[in-house]
Amino acid sequence: MMRNILIRFGIAGIFLYETILSLLTPPYSINLILKQILFIGARSVVVIVIAGLFVGMVVALQFYDTLVRFGSVSLLGSAVGLSLIRELGPVLTALMVIGRSGSAMCAEIGIMRIDNQIDALECMAIDPHRYLISPKIVASILCVPILTAIFIVVGIFGGYFVGVIIFDLSAGSYFQNMNDTVLNRDLCMGLIKSIVFGFLIVWISCEKGFNLHLDKSGTYGSEGVSRITTEAVVLSSIAILFSDYLLSALIL
Amino acid sequence: MVKSNSENVLEVFELNTWYGNRKILSDINLNVSRNEIMVIMGHSGSGKSTLLRYILGLEKIKNGVIKLLDKEISKLNKSELYKLRKRIGVAFQSGALFSSMTVGENIELPLYENTDLDKATIQIMSRIKLELMQLSGTESLMPSELSGGMLKRAGLARAVIMDPELLFFDEPSAGLDPITSAHLDNLILQLRDALNMSIIVVTHELESAFKIADKITVLDKGKIILTGDKEKIKKSNDPRIINMLARRAITDPVDKEDYLNRLTKKL
Repeated sequence: MMRNILIRFGIAGIFLYETILSLLTPPYSINLILKQILFIGARSVVVIVIAGLFVGMVVALQFYDTLVRFGSVSLLGSAVGLSLIRELGPVLTALMVIGRSGSAMCAEIGIMRIDNQIDALECMAIDPHRYLISPKIVASILCVPILTAIFIVVGIFGGYFVGVIIFDLSAGSYFQNMNDTVLNRDLCMGLIKSIVFGFLIVWISCEKGFNLHLDKSGTYGSEGVSRITTEAVVLSSIAILFSDYLLSALIL
Repeated sequence: MVKSNSENVLEVFELNTWYGNRKILSDINLNVSRNEIMVIMGHSGSGKSTLLRYILGLEKIKNGVIKLLDKEISKLNKSELYKLRKRIGVAFQSGALFSSMTVGENIELPLYENTDLDKATIQIMSRIKLELMQLSGTESLMPSELSGGMLKRAGLARAVIMDPELLFFDEPSAGLDPITSAHLDNLILQLRDALNMSIIVVTHELESAFKIADKITVLDKGKIILTGDKEKIKKSNDPRIINMLARRAITDPVDKEDYLNRLTKKL
């Protein structure tokens, strides 16, 4: 059991090494990166906006209910802003990206593996790490922070809707408190987290699909693709939550 | 010390491979000369495709030597291996075309990635190869819109787009009707004659093998049982080859008690 886990880590480590090596070696294909930005970033905007709006609204609702007991409803803007910027924005955006893009990347690469398309790339002297994985890593590292920013901004306006429109708080107090409490350090924390999450999502999802043939624990065909896709989603989600704690502990 | 001949495009010496504790290939020795069509035959599970994967450098060699176009592949680093692979072409059994690209984009891909040629030249080269494969007009179709035979021919067009010195073709006839299969056989012969390629075909189709081969290697249970020209194969006294040529199933004598024991074991 332990030996198998160590072997899996070794395989994932080699995959990461090969990918970083291909990232550092030109030529770079802008077209491939743009294609992935469209897939990971642009096509996720709608779902991120919807999720951000409702998360912002529910966070404001919950904080309002708590703060009103202590007579501190004026702090609603700070509470919504800080929780979205530091934690909820990066984590929930990453989880949405895993569900929308991470699972698709894993299944796509897994199918390419079982249909010999990755071997075909190798045989055409095209490095599959450079052609398939690197553009996804670059796109994800660029897009996840932007999607996180969209999530946070929309979430803040969701909180504004609940606090100011529904509960009649002053708009000035909502934004002024947020402005006073949110520091550059909080913004940096959100940014660093989203970059790390963007990287982790692609690493785990693509590695699972890419090394499907090395996975001795199950079947290889369509059932294998379905199994590794589920594993990729579960593992990426756990990795996001674990690294979220680690990063928070390091930065705070 | 391994003796090699520079007229050979492929040389395999004493290749042994394992999957876990199970031996897959035993003492494989093989030579393919320039401009020759070598057919590797054997029934399903005999190790043909595994041998192909080792020859292509898709699996790491632990025991034995493989020299491809005069280079010992286990001694090459990644960039040297890619440089060597630019001189070979591989057509996979399923075609292995990228489903998100059109047929034209699939065929042009090696040229875009490995050369500095301009778009117009690449498109002309792609059309020449599609014409050769009788696939003109399919450039803008998606792979899902092609039949099985067309997919194989499109895969073959991609494999020869860089005009390789050595072409590998995995199971050209598998799953095809006799007419399409015969058409692919003719294409393989044309490629050898028109483009001076050396070709290695992995197949279990007897008719196709005897039509195209200059030399045939027969594999059984991971071992080469015979290599030679068509006449040598036809005249062989080896019962495994006689059975293969007669398309007879090989049945081991079964002990009744043994058989029942195996069926009921661990129930």
